[in-house]
Amino acid sequence: MLPPIADLYRLAPELTAAAFGLLIMLVDPFVSRERKSILARIALLGSLAALSANLCSADHPGAGFYGLITVDAFSVFLRILIFGVLPLAILASFDYLKREGIQQGEYYALLLFATCGMGVMAGANELVTAFVGLEISSISSYILACYRRDVLKSNESGMKYFLLGSFATAFFLYGVAMTYGATGTTNIAALHNIIPEMAEPGVLLIAGLGLMFVGLAFKIAVAPFQVWTPDVYEGAPTPVTALLASAPKAAAFAIVLRVLYTAFGSASATWFWIVWASAAMTMIIGNFAAVAQTNVKRMLAYSSIAHAGYLLVAITARNELGIAAVLFYLVAYSLMKLGAFSIVTHLGGTGETKLEIEDYAGLAERQPATAAMLSLFLLSLLGLPLTAGFVGKFYIFKAALDARLFWLVLLMAVMSVVGSFYYLRVIWVMYFRESKSEWSPGPLPASVSGVVLIAAAGTLLLFFFPGVVMLFANEAAAAIQ
Amino acid sequence: MTGSFLLTTITFLPLVGALALLVLRRDDHVWIRRVAMTAALMTFVFSLLMLRDFDRRFAGYQFVEQRAWIDTGIAGKPLNIEYHLGADGLSLWLVLLTTFITPIAMLASWQSITHRVKEFFVMLLVLETGMTGVFLSLDLFLFFVFWEAMLVPMYFLIGIWGHERRIYAAIKFVLYTMAGSILMLVGIIWLYQLTGTFSLPEIQALIVSNKLVLSHRTEVLLFGAFFLAFAIKVPLFPLHTWLPDAHVEAPTAGSVVLAGVLLKMGTYGLLRFNLPLFPSASLEFAPWIALLAIIGIIYGALVAMVQPDLKKLVAYSSVSHLGFVVLGIFSFNPIGVQGAVYQMLNHGISTGALFLCVGMLYDRRHTHLIREFGGLATPMPRFAAFFLFVCLSSLGLPMLNGFVGEFLILLGTFQRNYVWAACAATGVIFSAVYLLWAYQRAIFGGITHEKNASLPDLSRREGLILWPMCALILVMGVLSPVFLSRTQATTMRVLEQMRLNTPALAETERRRHAAEPGAASSVPAEAGRQEQAGSR
Repeated sequence: MLPPIADLYRLAPELTAAAFGLLIMLVDPFVSRERKSILARIALLGSLAALSANLCSADHPGAGFYGLITVDAFSVFLRILIFGVLPLAILASFDYLKREGIQQGEYYALLLFATCGMGVMAGANELVTAFVGLEISSISSYILACYRRDVLKSNESGMKYFLLGSFATAFFLYGVAMTYGATGTTNIAALHNIIPEMAEPGVLLIAGLGLMFVGLAFKIAVAPFQVWTPDVYEGAPTPVTALLASAPKAAAFAIVLRVLYTAFGSASATWFWIVWASAAMTMIIGNFAAVAQTNVKRMLAYSSIAHAGYLLVAITARNELGIAAVLFYLVAYSLMKLGAFSIVTHLGGTGETKLEIEDYAGLAERQPATAAMLSLFLLSLLGLPLTAGFVGKFYIFKAALDARLFWLVLLMAVMSVVGSFYYLRVIWVMYFRESKSEWSPGPLPASVSGVVLIAAAGTLLLFFFPGVVMLFANEAAAAIQ
Repeated sequence: MTGSFLLTTITFLPLVGALALLVLRRDDHVWIRRVAMTAALMTFVFSLLMLRDFDRRFAGYQFVEQRAWIDTGIAGKPLNIEYHLGADGLSLWLVLLTTFITPIAMLASWQSITHRVKEFFVMLLVLETGMTGVFLSLDLFLFFVFWEAMLVPMYFLIGIWGHERRIYAAIKFVLYTMAGSILMLVGIIWLYQLTGTFSLPEIQALIVSNKLVLSHRTEVLLFGAFFLAFAIKVPLFPLHTWLPDAHVEAPTAGSVVLAGVLLKMGTYGLLRFNLPLFPSASLEFAPWIALLAIIGIIYGALVAMVQPDLKKLVAYSSVSHLGFVVLGIFSFNPIGVQGAVYQMLNHGISTGALFLCVGMLYDRRHTHLIREFGGLATPMPRFAAFFLFVCLSSLGLPMLNGFVGEFLILLGTFQRNYVWAACAATGVIFSAVYLLWAYQRAIFGGITHEKNASLPDLSRREGLILWPMCALILVMGVLSPVFLSRTQATTMRVLEQMRLNTPALAETERRRHAAEPGAASSVPAEAGRQEQAGSR
C-alpha cells in the first residue's frame, strides 16, 4: 500500500538525497577511472535538489506517515540547515578526494545517505523514527570517518566512532524502551500530553529520560560523553570532519530539543540540573583542553565541544528565546566550522601532513587571502562583533539571563575569554611568525574558495542582518513548545 | 541637526579609506601612504565641521542619527537594537582628539614602518573607525560592537609591527580587555532585561524619572560589570599591568593611539555609563575607587622614576596621570569632573607627544634606554627644545595644558575630601621629578656615547608632527575656556542625573551650599578662567 502522496512530499528532501545516493552507486561501476569526477557533479546536483525539495516539503505541514514524522517550522528550519550544509561539504571534498586518490563513488553516496538520516532525525515525531534516523546517519558517518583506509589514524577514528557510537545508540534505544514502558507510547506529541498527567514521573520514566540523554549527549559531544570527539575529528578526512562538526550536531540537537522541550517539557525540573551540570562541564573541558592542543583539527574539535556547551546553556534557559538562540547559533556555528575546516582541508596538503598550528607560520605572507578568511572564521568562533558568532553568543546570553542563570552566564563569559587564547594563537602564528620551512600551500582551489566565500558571506551577513534568520528561528521555536 | 550624516561620515570615512587601500598594489608604498593620509585628514576636517555646528548651551546629544537596525522580535518582544549616534560635549572633544591623533600617528610611521605597509595603514584606519564609533554610539549594543571590534586592529598593530616581546604583549592586551568587556556584555544584556531598550538616552530617562529603580544588589553588580571593563581600559591600579607591556612593545603609532585615545575610552565609559546609570553604587564605591586612583597616581609615578627605559617611563606616567582623571571623575563635583574631562584631552596630547619624541629617538638609535643617550642637546637642539616643552606640559607647568587639568581636578577633589587631594598632589611633584630627571640624563650633560654625537636633528616631517602638538599644548594651556565651555553643559547634566537619584549626594551638596554659599556653584569654566588669570 502506498502512503498518501502528501506524506511523500513531506519526506521529499530525504527521498531525493537517498535516490541520488543510489543513483551514484549504480552509475559508479560504469564510469571509467578518469571520469569519476562526474559522480561528484551528480552528488552536488543531488544535494541541491534535496535542498530545494525542502520548499516542497514545507508546503505540506503536519504529521506524516501516521505520525512518524512531522513537518513544522522547526523541522523545516533544521532540514534546510542540514541540507544546506551538504552541498558545501561536497564542494569542499572535490579536490580533496582527487588529491588523496580516494574512491569517489561510495564517498558521495555515503554523504548523501548520512544527510538523509539527519533529515529524518530533524523531522522525527516519534522516538523510534529518531532512532532510525540516528542509525542511518551514524552508520554512514562511521564508514566516512575511516575512509582513508590505508591511514592508521583514520581507521582508529572510524573504529572508535563505531564502538562508542554503538554504545550511545544502544543507550538511546534503551531509554526509548523504558519511556515506552512507563507511558505506553513513543510518540513525542503523545508524550507531551501524557507526562503532565502522570501523578509523578516514576523511576522508569526518569531512567528512560536519563538514558536517552546519555545517547544524545554522545552525539552532540557534551561532557562527560565527549571523549571520542578529538580522536574522531582528527583521524577522519577533513571534509568529513567539516560535515561531522556541523550537520549531525544540528540533527542531534533537534532530537534533544524535541525530547527535552516537547516530550519532557513539563518535567523540566527533572532534567534542568543534569543539563546545567553538563553545560558547565562541557564548557570547561572543551575550552581548557583546546588551549593545550597543537594540532589544528584537534583544537577545532575541542572548540566544537566548547560550542556544544554554549548551546546547552541556551537549552538550560528553558524559554522560547533559548530555542531560537540554539537554532540561530547552529546556523552560525555550521557556517564558521565549515569555512574553517575547508581551509584546513586545503592547507593540510597531500596526505594531511600539515596539521600542526606551527605549520601555519608565515601563512599571511604567502596566502594573505586564505589567512584572512581563516582569521575571520576563528574570530567568529571566538565571538567577536562583526561576525555571526557574536550575535549567536549574544542571543544565548540574553536567553540565559532571561532565565536568571547568572552563574552559568558568568562561566560562559569566563570561558569565552579562555577561548580567545587558542583562537588568537592560530591567528598569531599565521601573521606574526616567520615560516621556518620552505613549504608553501597553493592558493585555494575554486571549489574550496566557493565554500569559503559562502561561509564568510554568511558569517558577516548574519551579523548585520540577523533578523532574517532569527525570524524563522522564532517561528521554529514557537512550533516546538 | 537631525537628518545630517555628519557623525556617520566621521565614523566610517576611515573605513572607506581602508577599503580603498585594499585595491592598491602592495608595494606601492607612496600611494598607500597618500591615500591613508587623505582619508585621515578628510575625517579630521569633517570633525571640525562638528565643532563649528556644536551648540554649547545644549546639554543633550547633538547631530543625532537614529535608525532601526536589528528589530526582529525575540519571542514576540521586539529587540530594539538601533543604529544610534550622537555627540555631546564629552564625545565632541574625544572624537576630535581621535581624528587629530590618527593623522599624526600616520605621519610618525611614515618612514619607520617598512614592511607590510598596506596592512599597517589599513589597521590604523579601521582602528580609527572603531574608536570614533565608541565615542559616538548611543546604543549600548552598537557601543559594544565598536568597543570589541577595535581590539582586532590593535592586536595586529602590536603583534606585527611591535618590538621584541610583541606577541606576549599583544595577547596580554587582548586577554585583559576581553575579560573585562565580556562581563560588560553580560551587564548590557541584563540592563536590557530590566529596561527593554539598548538606547542610552532612554535608559537615562527611565532612571532619572524613577521609573526604573534598581535594587541595591542589582545596581552594585551592574556597576561592577561595567566598572571592571572600564577600569581595565583606563587602567586603574591594580589592573594596569597590561599597559607597560603593550606600550613598550607597540610601534610608535600604536603607542600614540593607545595612550592618546584608547585609554580615554575607559574614563569615557565611566563618565558616560557608570556615573549616570548607577549613581548610588558610584557613590558607595567612590572612596575605594579614589583610593585605588591615588595609589595609581603615586605608584605609577614611583615606578616611572626608576625606569631605565624611556618608553616604559612614559607608560607608567600614564598610569599616574589616568589616576588623576579617575579621581576627578569620582569627586562628583563640577570642577573635578570638568578637570577630569580636560585632563583626558591633555593626556592624549601630551603623552602622545612624549611617545612621539621617544619614537624619534628610537628611530635614530633603536633603543629606549636612557643610559644610551646623554647630551643630546648638542647634536639635536631643536629636538631638545620640543622634548622639553612636551615634558613640561606633561608635568603640569602653568600656561601649558597639563596644569589646567590637574589644577581643576585637585580643586574639585579638595572640596570633596582634602585628604585625597593632598595625597594626589604629591603625584604632581613626583611627575616633575621623573620627567625632569629623565630629561636631564638624556639631553643634558656631555655626550657619553659616540654614536650620539652625529645624530641628525629633526627632519621636516618630524617638525610637522611636533609643531601642531606643541601648538595645541599651548592653546589648551591658555585658552581652556574654549574647551571647557563646550563640555560644561554635559558634565553638569551627568552630575544632575546623579544628584536626582542619590538622596545622599544631594544632601551633602545641600549642606555644603548652606555652609559655604557659592563654593559648589562656582562654574568650572570660570574656574578655568580664574586659574588662567592666576597663571599669568
